[in-house]
Amino acid sequence: MENMVNIYLYGKKYEVPESLTIMNAMEYAGYQLVRGVGCRCGFCGACATIYRIKGQQELKTCLACQTKVEDNMYIATLPFFPLVKQPYEIENVKPTEQIMMQLYPEIYACIGCNACTKACTQELNVMQYIAYAQRGDFEKCAEESFDCVMCGVCSSRCPAGITHPQVGLLARRLNGKYLAPETQHLLERVAEIENGGCEADLQDIMKKTAEELKEMYNNRDFEK
Amino acid sequence: MYTQEMLESIKKVEATREERLKQILAGNHPRRMTAEEKDQVLLENHPDHIKSQFAELKIGPNKGEKVPIELAETLQANPRINPADIDLTKIDYDVDVLVIGGGGAGSAAAIMAHENGANVMIVTKLRHGDANTMMAEGGIQAADKPNDSPAQHYLDVMGGGHFKNVPELVYKLVNDAPVCIKWLNELGVMFDKEADGTMVTTHGGGTSRKRMHACKDYSGAEIMRVLRDEVQNRQIPVVDFTSAIEIIKDENGKAAGAVLMNMETKDILIARAKTVIIATGGAGRMHYQGFPTSNHYGATADGLVLAYRAGAPLLYAYTLQYHPTGAAYPSQIFGALVTEKVRSIGAQLINSEGEAFMYPLETRDVCASSVIRECRRGNGIDTFGGGQGVWLDSPMIEMLHGEGTIEKRIPAMMRMYLKYGIDMRKQPILIYPTLHYQNGGIKIADNGMSDVENLFVAGEAVGGIHGENRLMGNSLLDIIVFGRNAGVNAAAVAKNTVVSDKLNLDHVESFKKEMAEAGIKTDKVSPKLLPNYTKQKDF
Repeated sequence: MENMVNIYLYGKKYEVPESLTIMNAMEYAGYQLVRGVGCRCGFCGACATIYRIKGQQELKTCLACQTKVEDNMYIATLPFFPLVKQPYEIENVKPTEQIMMQLYPEIYACIGCNACTKACTQELNVMQYIAYAQRGDFEKCAEESFDCVMCGVCSSRCPAGITHPQVGLLARRLNGKYLAPETQHLLERVAEIENGGCEADLQDIMKKTAEELKEMYNNRDFEK
Repeated sequence: MYTQEMLESIKKVEATREERLKQILAGNHPRRMTAEEKDQVLLENHPDHIKSQFAELKIGPNKGEKVPIELAETLQANPRINPADIDLTKIDYDVDVLVIGGGGAGSAAAIMAHENGANVMIVTKLRHGDANTMMAEGGIQAADKPNDSPAQHYLDVMGGGHFKNVPELVYKLVNDAPVCIKWLNELGVMFDKEADGTMVTTHGGGTSRKRMHACKDYSGAEIMRVLRDEVQNRQIPVVDFTSAIEIIKDENGKAAGAVLMNMETKDILIARAKTVIIATGGAGRMHYQGFPTSNHYGATADGLVLAYRAGAPLLYAYTLQYHPTGAAYPSQIFGALVTEKVRSIGAQLINSEGEAFMYPLETRDVCASSVIRECRRGNGIDTFGGGQGVWLDSPMIEMLHGEGTIEKRIPAMMRMYLKYGIDMRKQPILIYPTLHYQNGGIKIADNGMSDVENLFVAGEAVGGIHGENRLMGNSLLDIIVFGRNAGVNAAAVAKNTVVSDKLNLDHVESFKKEMAEAGIKTDKVSPKLLPNYTKQKDF
């Protein structure tokens, strides 16, 4: 028989197998989830959760799909954060400090408490990437924030009202579009296609019989 | 946190590792299978070939064809509404283009419809971005390097799909691929690049050129969050936690909207549109043949149900993709995706005796079948609950490419395993096939329209692009190519469509009648919308 533990879902006690994640445990207890569930493997940030172990003081945060239950765990899910998202036109912005000041000026009110980093469900150095954003170092901000799943837990803990996931996302888009080096071979191939340079080969291969195609396929050369 | 038996088997993996690495460095990979060997391993082991797991459709456009039992049940289940109870004159949303589904295909479609002047709206049954796109790890294919060409890409796609692919759709897929990479790049997607801008590209199973572009192992997540941000920047309305449960038609039988249901309050809402795009994704949560899945919580084949009832035929609905490397252990991540990129960058598949039993980058169907066969031959490793798996020798990656490679190239994988006390840099991981992708789906023409007029389809809900087996990296590509395509064409058709005030659900009535005449009696309703895991502990 599997070992069981007691957990408290929104304060109510349930007994569940100790091997389960918080998400599985809620379902095992009988919840049919609609909110607070998404990819179920740590990519989508739908299942931000807050918990405390009985007898301890600290409130901890996690993703419900990525965290095992513990005995005497008090659990509350946080399926929605009313975060601020400022619209902008990606074609008409420049990758300078100006844009952050304009869209997310509150980042300059960061008091350095590091609560965001402590709360991050992905163990990212959130305060650091905000510092990079303040300086307009979008490349570093983009790298440091890359694994963000936008669960929003960091923002819920921020005394300065910063919307960290949106700041990281803006920095990444600026980086991807304006700062990362241009890809010459991509531009050349696109031009070639638009000028019809790839058309003849394609039309040719589309005309092959199934047998001819099979023959070609079975004798392909492979890039090492 | 491996068991004692697992640790014993790991010793055998470690014992052969040095020699295996030596062979690779000398250019000697395990042998690729011949065409005959592939056919045989598929026929004897692939789940698509287990006849007892299929049922014949008794009604609808594909009557007489066989599909997975669970799909047949849901396609031939009762509608969630009684058409007579629905007031189609009380319109809640009135738009040009209605996009059903808020994943990558739906978002790309919405952006392009908006770009082309349409008044477009997205409805999605969970949150915007809750989709398989978000979970695609490995990358996106495009023939954009000098040694490669769209025609070479075409050949790989056709062969991977066993030559069943619809040629016109494959043409579009490969020809538009570089343009789509450029589009994503210009939206700000952060592709892995060398310092000079050259894309870092790798092989995927069944590719003859290294054309897999990636954003670490968050490729889909990166693309999805950029597309979502773009939809928000354009202030395209997104109605979340709202599912589409029937297509609405006009007096000429053209698609003209959808019946919607609020997922929380169950309120029924009516959306009228000039054109409709189904971008509802896949079906992993149908758990065909009892397989675990790498799919999103909402992957329940809803679009297929909506389209089928509206009279749109499906294509190749019998073929599913079982990803060769789902997590087989520990139980908490059972079925979760272990990206193909782990093999792309050097990890081999190893059996319990420490043998590399196959070339690790065969196409996914061949690879999955070969893993299943290896376990059937008694060379698997016991996991839990009677399950088995084989080793994916991840420590090889850093021995081949240097320390730090795993953290840099596949950080999400590393993080997933570290949570359960397994460091894949030092220990191999256990894998077994997991239900991953719906190869078949709704039949479309190359303009993205189904056989029902004004009903477009994009993304995983489409059938025919990938034949009977999709290659890695062609799904992220497909959602962008065909999402954009559907958006452009749905906007164009909408311009020439007059809004109807004679909306109807006659097709739903006829479907019910057809069910009765065929003697189908069931208490099931569809679309399924969400799986039900209450009181279970295995999923």
